[in-house]
Amino acid sequence: MNWGSVDAFLHMGGYGLFVWGSYGVGVLCVVIELLALKARARRLGGERA
Amino acid sequence: MSTNELELGERASRGEWWLRYAAPQAFFPLASRLIPYFGTLAVVFALAGLYLGFFVAPTDFQQGDAYRIIFLHVPAAWMSMFLYVVMALWGALGFVLNTRLSGMMASAIAPTGALFTFVALWSGALWGKPTWGTWWVWDARLTSELILLFLYVGFIALKASIDDPRRADRAGAVLALVGVINVPIIYFSVQWWNTLHQGASVSLSKSPSMATTMLWGMLLMALAAWMYSIAVCLARVRLIIREREQEMAWMRELGG
Repeated sequence: MNWGSVDAFLHMGGYGLFVWGSYGVGVLCVVIELLALKARARRLGGERA
Repeated sequence: MSTNELELGERASRGEWWLRYAAPQAFFPLASRLIPYFGTLAVVFALAGLYLGFFVAPTDFQQGDAYRIIFLHVPAAWMSMFLYVVMALWGALGFVLNTRLSGMMASAIAPTGALFTFVALWSGALWGKPTWGTWWVWDARLTSELILLFLYVGFIALKASIDDPRRADRAGAVLALVGVINVPIIYFSVQWWNTLHQGASVSLSKSPSMATTMLWGMLLMALAAWMYSIAVCLARVRLIIREREQEMAWMRELGG
């Protein structure tokens, strides 16, 4: 285990902004892509096998 | 159906079973069945990779914890190049076999490829600032990766601008095939030119220059990126098939 506390984990040895800024945007991109696919399916009408 | 698809259909009935899936109506249900498996694997690999990357892999003695961006950055960059090659291969296959599915596959891959390219550039900028002291430099690696993003966006825009889907497929395939030259340029840029970007940490010819836990974290994240890409591209190709073939009889029979 690398981190003594949640704060230390979020702080990332002083690089929190860079590390979480990377992963945050990565997750955001994935969420946007999944939502876009869902919206596209909705435009086509009901789900189908 | 194109004449080639009819021919493929005949060959499929003669026992070359896998050719069956060249036809959208056969591929559609297959894609539907596969998506949950790849989606689940993506989540499992990502969780395992992030656990190794953040909780097991030690802090780097030079870069501190900033290096942990590697577990996102490298898999995203690999995927951005790999997906482009796959997209170009589908384009080439479309020329050779004249199957509709090929163009649809290429279209389905492009947005995910663009996503990974963007993530690689973004995470690279956020890694560059603390380690190089700058968000961006116009060096060979970074510039060629940016060109990759433009290629993806250009591919999507070109296809969207042509109404006839079959013509759009052919135009897109030409762009994808011409642009594929950029992929080896990205890959070898760190050897061919003097760049700020470091060389490959992992290669097939020599043992990796990094700690084992770091390597495993990175490889698991790369696997997760693969599984995610397959799941999302299959989901998108399903939608594209439905959009293009809504009016076709086999789709109406399914209840459309």
